[in-house]
Amino acid sequence: MRRGTVGYLLCLPYIVHFLVFMAYPLGFSLVLVFHKWDIVSPMKWVGLANFIRLASDSLFFRALYNTFIFLAIHIPLQIAVALFFAELLNRKLRLIGLFRAAYFVPVVVSGVVVTILWQQLYADTGVLNKLLAKLGLGRVPWLTSPSWAMPSIAIMATWKNVGLYIVMFLAGLQGIPRELYEAAELDGASKFQQFFHITLPMLNPVVVLVLVLSTIGGFSLFIEPYIMTGGGPLNSTLSAVLYIYKQAFYFYRMGYAATLGFVFALIIFLVVALQRRFVEREVYV
Amino acid sequence: MYRPRWSHVLSYSVLLAGALVFVYPFLWMVAASFKPEAEIPSFGLVPSRPSLESYRIVFDRVPIGRSFLNSLLVALSVTASVLVFGSMVGYGLSRLSFKARGLLFGVLLFTMMVPFQLTLIPTYVLMVKFRWVDTYLALIVPGTVSAFGIFLFRQFFMSIPQDLIDAARIDGCGELSILFRIIWPLSKPAMVTVGILTFMASWNDVLWPMVVIREPKLMTMPQAVALFAVGGRAELLGPKLAAAVLLALPIISAYIFFQRHFVESMARTGLKG
Repeated sequence: MRRGTVGYLLCLPYIVHFLVFMAYPLGFSLVLVFHKWDIVSPMKWVGLANFIRLASDSLFFRALYNTFIFLAIHIPLQIAVALFFAELLNRKLRLIGLFRAAYFVPVVVSGVVVTILWQQLYADTGVLNKLLAKLGLGRVPWLTSPSWAMPSIAIMATWKNVGLYIVMFLAGLQGIPRELYEAAELDGASKFQQFFHITLPMLNPVVVLVLVLSTIGGFSLFIEPYIMTGGGPLNSTLSAVLYIYKQAFYFYRMGYAATLGFVFALIIFLVVALQRRFVEREVYV
Repeated sequence: MYRPRWSHVLSYSVLLAGALVFVYPFLWMVAASFKPEAEIPSFGLVPSRPSLESYRIVFDRVPIGRSFLNSLLVALSVTASVLVFGSMVGYGLSRLSFKARGLLFGVLLFTMMVPFQLTLIPTYVLMVKFRWVDTYLALIVPGTVSAFGIFLFRQFFMSIPQDLIDAARIDGCGELSILFRIIWPLSKPAMVTVGILTFMASWNDVLWPMVVIREPKLMTMPQAVALFAVGGRAELLGPKLAAAVLLALPIISAYIFFQRHFVESMARTGLKG
């Protein structure tokens, strides 16, 4: 057999999988967005009705707003905490591996576990409020107040993911040539200046990565609000995927759910492109 | 002689505090699952009267054993197939030249960027058309090939010397036996990375099972535990935590054994570009 033919044969699993589970769904989503369909009765062509409905659907905008609230808290917190611990771990200390391993535990565990655990921590008479009381502070309505619920989920998500970003920042820090700091030291730059003029610019690729991954994560939130709040109170934790899920599997509006998925995907593309456009810098070594 | 430096003492204190923040909640969760209901909101790790009551309730109400086996079956099948197919395609894309190779690789990179929100509903419709809803097929088949897995294998295979492959070809080896007899033994790091990432993602995935499985007997473990946790039984704090402990147990045990590999594999997810 010719080697070229073998190449195609070896790639066949991917080609078949791509056609069935990527090309077909992509094409079919373009059909679905123009139809009304409950899966049982025949599809009905509705033209742009799904998009018109979406444009005036307050729950769609609510989900979008909730996602941005989540990201506005999650991303800065994530970057600050991850950088802080990565800096500490980058000092030549002993037992670094052990600490790194400890911070990483929440990363490997299922979101279901983390959510059930934090649901108890966040309970009105739960561990966190007891801790606050001991410190002489008042109770926080973590999951029961519409203005606190999404920030609470963002804090939990930071706790779950930050270990991964600590490791990524640590790898980034270890890749910065020592000479840069030595030269800066000679020129009389303070530690503070070194951080803002060497460390941060050199870590730009990692920062962009964390931004992009966190953004995708924010738009993919599902099980956390599903278990903790069901999207409440007052839809304050309704996430993009939870809303798609509800439209599809509570109300059997496949056309509208596909339209939501379509628009959310476009928004993800747009947000990620903007982030790269405005944050990404060339790094010169 | 070793003299403690204050900056070191400070660093260690902060690092230790951090470790407590990330690990203590899990220890608390395990302890709480053995506590009587009234004691759960306390910080302590030692139950006054440890009991297995919470676990008894979980085993009573949730088909936890069955869901564990389902998850194991799904995660192992998906991982094995991602390794086999991923390395085959990765080998084809890195070591064999054919016309559409560049195009295929471009398609691969493109599919890695498609948000799943776009394909979720159409893929569910496909499962309905195949009559795969409430079958293992729906849980396994869509996951059998992973673009990211292929990509990692391709990158890794590029670094294997061409001489080895040429020598094997001269000895009359077919491409498949080159892949499985020569490339595979040299590719342990890539296999470990792809294996861990795939197994973990499959074991922890909960959205897809919630979309395609309604039948309790076929539910995966995260799905069964998640549904138990929302099931309006708010009073049963202990059993919910016990279910969470059971769900965390397999992956944490694996993590304890292969800690370094987990961390390094996950960190590699970032090095796509």
